[in-house]
Amino acid sequence: MTTEIARVQGALDSAGERARSLQTVYVYEAPVRLWHWVNALLIVALCVTGYFIGSPLPSVQGEASASFQMGYIRFVHFAAGQTLIVFFLLRVYWAFVGNKYSRQIFWLPLANKTWWWGMLYEFKWYAFLVKDPKKYIGHNPLAHVAMFSFMVFLVLMMVSGMALYSEGQGIDSWQYRLFGFMFSLFTSQTLHTLHHLGMWAIVVFVVVHIYAAVREDILSRQSMISSIVSGERLFRDDLPD
Amino acid sequence: MGAATETFYEVIRRQGITRRSFIKFCSLTATSLGLGPIGTSQIAQALETKPRVPVIWMHGLECTCCSESFIRSAHPLVKDAILSMISLDYDDTIMAAAGHQAEAILQETRQKYKGQYILAVEGNPPLNEDGMFCIDGGRPFVEKLKEMADDSMAVIAWGACASWGCVQAAKPNPTQATPIDKVIKNKPIIKVPGCPPIAEVMTGVVTFVTTFGRLPELDRQGRPKMFYSQRIHDKCYRRPHFDAGQFVEEWDDDAARKGFCLYKMGCKGPTTYNACSTVRWNGGVSFPIQSGHGCIGCSEDGFWDQGPFYERLTNINQFGVEANADKIGATAAGVVGAAIAAHAAVTTVRNLSRRKEVPNGNGGSNGKSNGTTNGTSA
Repeated sequence: MTTEIARVQGALDSAGERARSLQTVYVYEAPVRLWHWVNALLIVALCVTGYFIGSPLPSVQGEASASFQMGYIRFVHFAAGQTLIVFFLLRVYWAFVGNKYSRQIFWLPLANKTWWWGMLYEFKWYAFLVKDPKKYIGHNPLAHVAMFSFMVFLVLMMVSGMALYSEGQGIDSWQYRLFGFMFSLFTSQTLHTLHHLGMWAIVVFVVVHIYAAVREDILSRQSMISSIVSGERLFRDDLPD
Repeated sequence: MGAATETFYEVIRRQGITRRSFIKFCSLTATSLGLGPIGTSQIAQALETKPRVPVIWMHGLECTCCSESFIRSAHPLVKDAILSMISLDYDDTIMAAAGHQAEAILQETRQKYKGQYILAVEGNPPLNEDGMFCIDGGRPFVEKLKEMADDSMAVIAWGACASWGCVQAAKPNPTQATPIDKVIKNKPIIKVPGCPPIAEVMTGVVTFVTTFGRLPELDRQGRPKMFYSQRIHDKCYRRPHFDAGQFVEEWDDDAARKGFCLYKMGCKGPTTYNACSTVRWNGGVSFPIQSGHGCIGCSEDGFWDQGPFYERLTNINQFGVEANADKIGATAAGVVGAAIAAHAAVTTVRNLSRRKEVPNGNGGSNGKSNGTTNGTSA
């Protein structure tokens, strides 16, 4: 028999049964969490304003000088887009100075066999073929690919967005000098269409992203939603597999 | 052969144009080219002293709208003055000579003015079937084009055809009509796109080249910066209505009568680089948007495949159906949303059935989570 002291160590439930030791790992540092929420807000603002730039609201009546509706919508879009870029650059900086998890979404360990195996396992998990998911301190391999793809995608949206913005700034502007090469690849109209399609791809990503986060928070063996706020990943069991 | 030793000025005076009119023309040209105060005298000086530049004007697959536009140029003023400025030695649609005499001029110009003449190309060569879809003077136009380009000083690509391909290069492009910069690789090419280009833009480019003996500054796409560096939208007189959010919603609505922005009616002004909203057409009388019709983007690459003309969002035909970005995007989001709902439903059902199997489960959703140990085992 163990002593009474030993019996009250750890987390107990109402029946006095003790939970197995819980592990917590600090994964997402404050700048990473801040970036996530800033991105969330900006992306919502960009999608809404972007949609209304493509398909404007019903016509405003009265004097043209009395309204600046389209102007404000475009202003919000441009401001949000450039803020997104600034925060992205800060995030890239943080990938160099932050902890090892801060670098994860910017590269893929394609040579790592375990990683590929983990990806296959995650597919099976989402296809209901295995009973339990694996535990990961950072992103699981499937989420890793999703996040990496999203970063690539975000860069494409930022580059095409800046190219479109440079059209208004003029072909002598620094924006055109940096991003005008996009018009060697596409015409202005085509680039508008691609940028618009990109918006919908982001909407699809957001839907999948939120579903996966909520689902994993409920079903997996680790925390998801609270980690967005605290940065800490809590593991619900200490089983070795 | 035109009198090659004559200067522009001599020709102009010979044709009864006063010196006063000549100086007016120089001022107008200098202004339209955006030159400084000294530009007028430089142009006058050049026209008085330089021999006329021989121009060969060739026609491939085209509709002659470029020529029609060109001959209506008003500033530089001009029917006869501008046609005298250059020595237009060959232009098969308007020249007096025909047949072998006409073709002989080409060879003569090539030999006599090797590396000195300007090749102006209206239309483009079709490359399919060895160029058999455009036979000019008994042989494929593409051969003639390459031959004349080899000995030219520079090449001017008139219009959307020569610059981008235009309607004959629209999908599926059965004749493989090809813009001339894909065929001529060894000469500088100025693209003057438009269907047709604005008359004053055409004569402006010719005036610049003949006056300064060099090409104007070109943009990334090879168009003269002075006419193609801004979009129609940037200088549109209806722009305040765009910024205010005032749009024409139907062709016959009140907003159309009030002259609101045509953005929702598919105006391509925001994506079209041309000088229509500043130079305008027919001697500055009007341009499409001023006449109440949106821009169709005729000076842009592939504008026939960027339709519809009357909707803001371009149709995407990649998937075998006609849909724009919003339709495709909303459909994709809907399909993914439905898939997620189905996935969530399956997850819930499976989870509930698993709980039944493990009646003492602690509310955890899978077999391994938060397993409690028996207190006695610690």
